[in-house]
Amino acid sequence: MSFTLYNWVLSGNCYKVRLLASLLDVAYETVAVDFHPGQQHKSEAMLALNPAGTLPVLVAGDLVLTETPAMLAWIAATFDPSGRWWPTNDARAMAEVMEWLAFSSALTATSGEARLKAVLDRPIDLPKALAGAERCFRQLEQHLVERRFGGGVWLVGDHPTIADIACFPYVALSPDGGLEHDAFPAIREWLYAIRGLPGFKTMPGIHELHELREGEAVHG
Amino acid sequence: MSLVYAKNDWYAIAAADEMTLGQQRQTLLLGTPLTVTATDEGVVVRDDQGKTYPYQIKFDHVWTALGDAPRALFDIPEGDEPGRRCVPCGVVRVKCSPLRAVENFLDIAHFPFVHTDILGAEPHTEVEPYKVEIREEQDEVWATKVRFFQPKAAKSAGSGITTEYEYRVPAPTVAVLYKTCPPKPEAQDVIAIFVQPRGEEECDVWPWMALYDDESSFEELVQFQQEIFLQDRSILENQLPHRLPLDPKMEIPTRADMTSVAYRRWLKKRGALYGAMTEVA
Repeated sequence: MSFTLYNWVLSGNCYKVRLLASLLDVAYETVAVDFHPGQQHKSEAMLALNPAGTLPVLVAGDLVLTETPAMLAWIAATFDPSGRWWPTNDARAMAEVMEWLAFSSALTATSGEARLKAVLDRPIDLPKALAGAERCFRQLEQHLVERRFGGGVWLVGDHPTIADIACFPYVALSPDGGLEHDAFPAIREWLYAIRGLPGFKTMPGIHELHELREGEAVHG
Repeated sequence: MSLVYAKNDWYAIAAADEMTLGQQRQTLLLGTPLTVTATDEGVVVRDDQGKTYPYQIKFDHVWTALGDAPRALFDIPEGDEPGRRCVPCGVVRVKCSPLRAVENFLDIAHFPFVHTDILGAEPHTEVEPYKVEIREEQDEVWATKVRFFQPKAAKSAGSGITTEYEYRVPAPTVAVLYKTCPPKPEAQDVIAIFVQPRGEEECDVWPWMALYDDESSFEELVQFQQEIFLQDRSILENQLPHRLPLDPKMEIPTRADMTSVAYRRWLKKRGALYGAMTEVA
């Protein structure tokens, strides 16, 4: 069982899928979609596949997924036999992960939008998007501080989950849109923890941890 | 003073294929808001006061100049060669001096660290000696005989190769590179950036390529270039000072920076100081 990802290399949402696949060591095919400047995600062929005209789109046989959280859940459920990345056996953990999956959409709608304005000059209200992103970041920071007090590193439980992957890109990429991480120390720690995961994959704007050498990963 | 000089160069301000009849683009060039409109008599470039400016279509972009006596637009003859695919890669905004965007494009030493596993990889970090000259006749900066090991030099490159580069600066905010073309070793791929200075510390960058590659899809070629350029963006936005320092006392170059040194000298000599700082602030 594998899948095809309709992909734009600079999209944070496409990156979520690439990142999880890399962490779980899953091979897959990509089809490059020219989101910019071609607007190809709104082309007839792409709209036939995904009427919402968004990226990414994941196709596995006759399964077509257009929402990133659904893709992450499907990939984890299919390729992670340990069940830790998408903890369906634990009602509470599963529900908490779903909370953060919903929160990741708010990050896309604020930090992600700010980035589209700053990088591609899309018609977006930048101050409004940044203010929204900052509100999201404060909520995330508070949660991560509380988690730290309890000895936790990840958003939910004692292992990274698809919640971390769903929230990571548009937090990590926020400096692209003009929101720096300096005021959010717990968020910075969490970003480092994710970047230190074995199998971590970068995207433009998210750099590798050069200071980490083999065998010294923060979290195994 | 620096603005007067800058106004007499041509700048890419729109993608030609997006300027279909009736399309309009609002933009900013050297601090001047412009409206670019595609009419049935061609493109009209107009400022807020209604003043119109000349335009020409070259290298898949619309170019304009704001000054009364613009210098001739340089040529990239390879763009007209049959068999090459010309690939305009869209526009990316960067909050940095237009000159810094050009200088970064001319730098080889950062490849292994910023474009890891694509344009460079550790431990192949050494920049071998290369040749830099200012060609007085064309009034251009050239770096030649640049050789560098690259794991994935182009979309068409199957595995790592030692790539040969030539760099050319034909105008203060344009950089062109010629590099080994993996599927056609006797030819060179051409990759350029046309930098549109919005202000002295903000620019719109239009990457453009003229390649021999019959295998890759257009979408893959665009994304290959976008990925590389976006890897530079966050670094460019964090460079200090924001304007390019032309005073040799401000930074200590190494041998690998010869192109940058020549570029900075050339800017200074011409008085192309828009986006630059000339003395210690």
